[in-house]
Amino acid sequence: MSNYYEETLSHLLRTLPAPPDAWVKAAQEIPLARRGLDDIVERARADQAFRDALIADLESALADAGYEPDPALAEAVRERLSS
Amino acid sequence: MQIVESDAQLVARCRGGDDDAWRELVERFSRYVFAIAVQAYRLPSSDAEDVFQEVFARAYENLSKLRDDSAIRPWLAQLTRRLCLDTIRASARTQPEESVDPHGVDDTIARLDEALVVHEALATLPENCREILDRFFARDESYRHIGEALDLPAGTIASRISRCLLKLRGELEGRNPASAESGG
Repeated sequence: MSNYYEETLSHLLRTLPAPPDAWVKAAQEIPLARRGLDDIVERARADQAFRDALIADLESALADAGYEPDPALAEAVRERLSS
Repeated sequence: MQIVESDAQLVARCRGGDDDAWRELVERFSRYVFAIAVQAYRLPSSDAEDVFQEVFARAYENLSKLRDDSAIRPWLAQLTRRLCLDTIRASARTQPEESVDPHGVDDTIARLDEALVVHEALATLPENCREILDRFFARDESYRHIGEALDLPAGTIASRISRCLLKLRGELEGRNPASAESGG
């Protein structure tokens, strides 16, 4: 790369605008999705008792439902349920 | 000055199942993948979103197949190009007269590669500079908006941007001294 005058730098900084935040967040959650995040949220929407159990004691409800203890997954479920 | 992990180190952590590393990898390359889809292949937003998610889903699944961890960028570029072409081909079934490979894709991607180098250098700057340059140039925010968001007088924004661009230039010239010698 040759000269980095302000104009060139400005142009190159403008060249890579950020994608929508939701796209980035969805891609960042791929590992969690693979571990069942989407299934858990879907079930919580369809099953009020499961949702109540998650809200009362999220980690225990997940363990009772057969999910391995996973703080990142629990945090993501908590965030989805509160949004 | 921020110490930024190399691509190879980041990929190695992702392969080890580190979710934070994966989030960082997506953050690092999200603009690049997005730009290839919308600038090089001019995909409409809905198609670009599908390609974007599919690129990262496949990258996550196939990270273990990457032979050289430092080659993550060209690997993602190739994956994005292939998926963009698949999308265009699929839509071309109803518009067979349209060319599949847009003119100038290689040049556009070369420009995006150059821009990514600048963004990588940006990531090494202090937080205040990263924030102000990103908001002004990449997010196209006004002086007023930036001033309100960062609690700075709007009248100081231009001079701060100028100082931060100088720092960015210094960082880039430190990486490539030839550009400094050529007067750049």
